[in-house]
Amino acid sequence: MKLPRPVIPTLLAATFLGGWEWFVQAGHVNEVLVPAPSHIFKWFYESLANGELLSATCVTMRRLIIGFAIGAALGVPLGALCARVRWIRDTLGVLALGLQTLPSVCWVPLALLWFGQEESAVLFVVVMGTVWAVVIAVQESVLSVQPLYLRAGMTMGSQGWHLWSRVIFPAALPGIVSGMKQGWAFAWRSLMAAEIFVVILSGFGLGSLLHAGRELLRMDQVMGVMAVVVGVGLLADIIFFAPLERWLRHSRGLGR
Amino acid sequence: MSNDKVTTPALTLRNVTKRFEGTAGRVTAVEDISLDVREGEFLVLVGPSGCGKSTLLNLLAGLEHTNEGKILLGEEPVRLPGRDRLVMFQQDALFPWLNVLENVLFGLRLKPGLTEEERLESARYYLSLVGLADKEKARPHELSGGMRQRVALARSLAPNPRVLLMDEPFSALDALTRDQLYGDIQQIFTKRKKTIILVTHNIREAVCLGDRVVLLSPHPGRIREVFEINLPRPRRINDPELASLAAKVTAALSSHLNEGVNS
Repeated sequence: MKLPRPVIPTLLAATFLGGWEWFVQAGHVNEVLVPAPSHIFKWFYESLANGELLSATCVTMRRLIIGFAIGAALGVPLGALCARVRWIRDTLGVLALGLQTLPSVCWVPLALLWFGQEESAVLFVVVMGTVWAVVIAVQESVLSVQPLYLRAGMTMGSQGWHLWSRVIFPAALPGIVSGMKQGWAFAWRSLMAAEIFVVILSGFGLGSLLHAGRELLRMDQVMGVMAVVVGVGLLADIIFFAPLERWLRHSRGLGR
Repeated sequence: MSNDKVTTPALTLRNVTKRFEGTAGRVTAVEDISLDVREGEFLVLVGPSGCGKSTLLNLLAGLEHTNEGKILLGEEPVRLPGRDRLVMFQQDALFPWLNVLENVLFGLRLKPGLTEEERLESARYYLSLVGLADKEKARPHELSGGMRQRVALARSLAPNPRVLLMDEPFSALDALTRDQLYGDIQQIFTKRKKTIILVTHNIREAVCLGDRVVLLSPHPGRIREVFEINLPRPRRINDPELASLAAKVTAALSSHLNEGVNS
């Protein structure tokens, strides 16, 4: 007999949560330090009901999307320039490679000095988390476009902007999308770091909610927010990146 | 442009030399090549690997530049790639992000002075000419190698270039598909009277398709001999007369190669 695919994950999750609940209820650990799943669900339900969770998620998502969009909008043309112009690749390209390895939470002190406890400070950190990964992904995927496509395009009279928009960019698109995905993950991490470390006066996001949970010693809230953060990350992949990548692969006949 | 002047060749090569700076030092790919390609002629450049035939084709396409000598298209010097000299590559080079029809339209859309309807009509005409009218919505990866190369042929023919350059477009295909394409190409050539330059290492193929076969020898690439092929069209690759002519070209090639070894 072949089980439907969701059966095993559901059973395992139920077993895990059930075991956890029992372990905590039986008094094997301090309930303040490790809340039972039922408490986390209770917090989840309450904060949904009083609107706190939703408004925090909205604030965070807004920052993430705007910051990511700015980072991508800067990263794509800069990456293309790096691929196109040697001296820019040797300068900006190398800088991007270095800054990509810098955890973007390192930008927080600077951002606070420059922008204050404002929305722009968080956005700056998110942009710094996104842009370098996108620059490098675009540069690499443009450089690895098959020369044959360029030659074919050029002999048909394509050049300049036309060659970029109709040949180079579409050919590099799969790589660019992977880069965007990586940039999105970096942006998400840097945003959480910024929100946890810094009180941003202009809005109370998920990170602030998590931080508040710690100060109140409410581990159900801390773990609940963590679960939401994981959920948002998964959701972005499921509803946006995964279908986009699947469509790209499918329409070009690249694997499954 | 004075196309009606019969005396002007479609393409003129004068003392063309091309060198590359490689890791192993300077390599002369082609040396002192002079050649006239007549309007409406099917010219084949044939020779073993290293004879510079693909380099020569890239020079004609404007994808590479000569070190010495000059190349004229009609009376205009060839400097850059252009719509008047379209290329069919060894791999089909179809764009995987476009469907078959959009691939054929790619070159047509870059040709000014046409309405969208005329472009569509022309693309569909050339797709039917290569027998793929029913595949216009397909993606390149859904087609066989032979079909893809046919789409590439339609794509190169559609903008109606003055010269069609073919860089071993049949070498990656199986023998059956290849024979079929020889027929297609000859039919289109007879119908459209296009100037075609084909590069190949397959001597049979050269004799089957060419009005004139130019034999090149390697290191550096030089013209060794030129054969006029006066067999009637359509020619079949298995024709005995064709086979004996091909044997003659092969013999000439081996004698030139041995000469190179002994000297």
